Amino acid sequence: MASPPLIELRGISKRFGGVRALDDVTMSIDRAEIRCLAGENGSGKSTLIKIVSGVYQPDAGEIRIDGKPTGRLDPAASIAHGVQVIYQDLSLFPTLSVVENLFLNTFLREKRGTVDWRRGRTMAREVLERLDVKLDLDASVETLPAAGRQIVAIARAVLADARLIIMDEPTTALTGREVERMFRIVRDLQAQGIAVLFVSHKMREMLEISEALTVFRNGKKVEEGPISEFDERKITRAMTGRDLNTGHVEAPVIAAGTTPRLRLRDVSVGKQVHDVSLDIMPGEVVGLSGLIGAGRTSLVKAIFGLRRDVSGTMEIDGAPLAPASVSDAIKKGVAYVPEDRLSEGLFLSRSIRDNAISAAMDRYAPRLWLDSARTRSETEAMFNDMQISAPGTEAAVSTLSGGNQQRVVIGRWLMTGAKLLMLNGPTVGVDVGSKEQIHALIHGLTRDKGLAVIMISDDIPELVANCNRVLTMADGRLTGELSGGALTEDALETALAGATRKETA
Amino acid sequence: MKLFGSADAIIALILVAAMVLIGLINPAFWQLSNIFSLLKSNVVIGLMALGVLLVMISGGIDVSFTAFAVAGMYLVVRTMVALDYDGVILPFLAATLIGGLLGLINAGIIHKFNMIPLIVTLGTASVVRGLVLGFVGTSNVNINQMPDALIAFGRTDILTLERANGATFGLTAMIVIYVAAAIGIHLLLTRTMIGRSVYAYGADAEAAKRVGFNTGRTMIFVYCTAGALAGFAGLLHSSMIWLANPRDFVGLELDVIAAVVLGGASIFGGRGTVLGTVLGVFILVMIQNSLILMGIDTTWQRVVVGGMLIAAVAVTALRDRRAPV
Repeated sequence: MASPPLIELRGISKRFGGVRALDDVTMSIDRAEIRCLAGENGSGKSTLIKIVSGVYQPDAGEIRIDGKPTGRLDPAASIAHGVQVIYQDLSLFPTLSVVENLFLNTFLREKRGTVDWRRGRTMAREVLERLDVKLDLDASVETLPAAGRQIVAIARAVLADARLIIMDEPTTALTGREVERMFRIVRDLQAQGIAVLFVSHKMREMLEISEALTVFRNGKKVEEGPISEFDERKITRAMTGRDLNTGHVEAPVIAAGTTPRLRLRDVSVGKQVHDVSLDIMPGEVVGLSGLIGAGRTSLVKAIFGLRRDVSGTMEIDGAPLAPASVSDAIKKGVAYVPEDRLSEGLFLSRSIRDNAISAAMDRYAPRLWLDSARTRSETEAMFNDMQISAPGTEAAVSTLSGGNQQRVVIGRWLMTGAKLLMLNGPTVGVDVGSKEQIHALIHGLTRDKGLAVIMISDDIPELVANCNRVLTMADGRLTGELSGGALTEDALETALAGATRKETA
Repeated sequence: MKLFGSADAIIALILVAAMVLIGLINPAFWQLSNIFSLLKSNVVIGLMALGVLLVMISGGIDVSFTAFAVAGMYLVVRTMVALDYDGVILPFLAATLIGGLLGLINAGIIHKFNMIPLIVTLGTASVVRGLVLGFVGTSNVNINQMPDALIAFGRTDILTLERANGATFGLTAMIVIYVAAAIGIHLLLTRTMIGRSVYAYGADAEAAKRVGFNTGRTMIFVYCTAGALAGFAGLLHSSMIWLANPRDFVGLELDVIAAVVLGGASIFGGRGTVLGTVLGVFILVMIQNSLILMGIDTTWQRVVVGGMLIAAVAVTALRDRRAPV
């Protein structure tokens, strides 16, 4: 090695109270390297980010940058060394223009009192050219799609003379094509000598973009090496310490003449969904696959009564669903877990119990007051069934990890006696181990209680591993169905690609 | 910037449409004397609105500024009367300073305890009004007691015209102060980092901290400027009406906030311009004055102002509703 690594961590440990968040971690990142840091929630990834960015001070160990010890690293010093962190929420200013979002922190760093708009504009234009992307400089950031915002955040980091950009779960909000574009930008950054540390738990992306991979588990580095030494199985085993089930799901055996849980006939929703007919039987887990904009979400929203512009017939267990009525849908046993559980599904500041009973208030408050004994016992039963890890049912939902929040959302619906559970992105933002447990829970319910499940996901392996059949959708129509031995990742990918081609033709 | 520009254009368009309409109903509207009197009525509300604009861009709301205006005005006038002082510059500096210091209290409480500005300013408004009445006095300072210099200052015109019947009317010089303040705040907001920090804070306070803005300083800037403008406007008001009433400005908060919202500032923060606010103030004042001109009972003014506030909030809320992703 001719030159020392860009950044080197030696024997870093950090404790919070009795918890060892990081335990003797040693790792290094070279100039212009793309490395991925993988690990489940609570494995120490965030703590590591905060130590490198100077937010936390390590209890033991040393950080070297360019081969020289940094001494105490505070946020300003870390930035001065060229470390830029892009958090999951991006920390942009939504009402301000792209230009301003780009130059503000550079001007701040230069301790300027006045704003030189012309210079700011030039800087913004140059940095976007450097990244080879086009954005309307005067558009306010809130009007940009998620991918555009991500680019603004990256450009802002580059403008701040970054040498190492740390991206925390950068692809969560992006579609497949947008992820590709981001990867292209990341490779450009690399060509310009900037190192990138991805913090992620999406296997495919890690394998595609990174050159090297470091895996954390319980605060320790458990695995490290060039990406070529890894495959999905090995990463998963390193992250969770065990093998995951990737087998197929058998279709339930259904007696002839069984009424379908859900029956749709010629259902159209606005301009998004056209003439969809399908039957879903008790005990089935049916995947709904397609690109964003294919109409998947509109369809499940219509079933849940969230859309007014619905035509055709919808039946639950043979009984017609009243259109545009969420309360009728819930009464008939339809449950919907939206994609954005934080803003649409949960009352974050309230306890698990308050959240759990919120979908079925009539049951727990038959008269004016709440039957608190009943809410307690049923919430506790759900809490145990769903294996939620939290101090108790009174813990605020905001204090839970993503996986546990998702369990609260699903568990809540089961308390309403749901017969059809519709999950939109059931494990987005949930780590691998929890993902597996959530899937196991769902399968247990379909097997034992005859629950029918519709699962919308962009995660192809997730659909293949968990559904007994997968429907593909494009342009508002059902375009195909894969099941049994024909349901493989490759086949599903081909089906989706075919559907897209037709769409663009 | 383009977005703000177009919002301002819409407000200007509404203003022109309203002017044409009112002029059709009562052509007296277009008489120069009426226009001059309209402009005069803009000054005090406008100065206060500039302060409220800052607060609203930062994502807060201020209902204490009228109390601060009373404090600045009444304290200074009573002191001038007691000392028999007859000047202009020092009293205005004092009133501005009083308002600014009271604003500092708002900023301190809001920033230190991370409290909701509406509640904090409701509290400080009540305390300040109470203290003024309790410690300083409850009686009006009337025209015969008012310091002559203040009255003379308030009467200054920059333009005097003569009516056909020989009576004169003029355009108040105070409008110059208002325009200067508006330009000053505009430059502060658009050309300085402290000004941009107000927008950044209003857009996302947490992100502003992460980027490295000193948000405590931003809060101090916002609430002190709002207080200082109110203190100044309070004294200016009394010198223009030749009266210092310690119970003045009750209910004016609503008018000023309505004007700022009408001017396109967002109640959610991060958005708003000086030009929009100046136009919003003009619309509000013009409609109020025209109701009188049209012979509508003044009690209906409150209904109109309240209705305008709600309509403007509804329109801006629709505009600010984030596009679904």
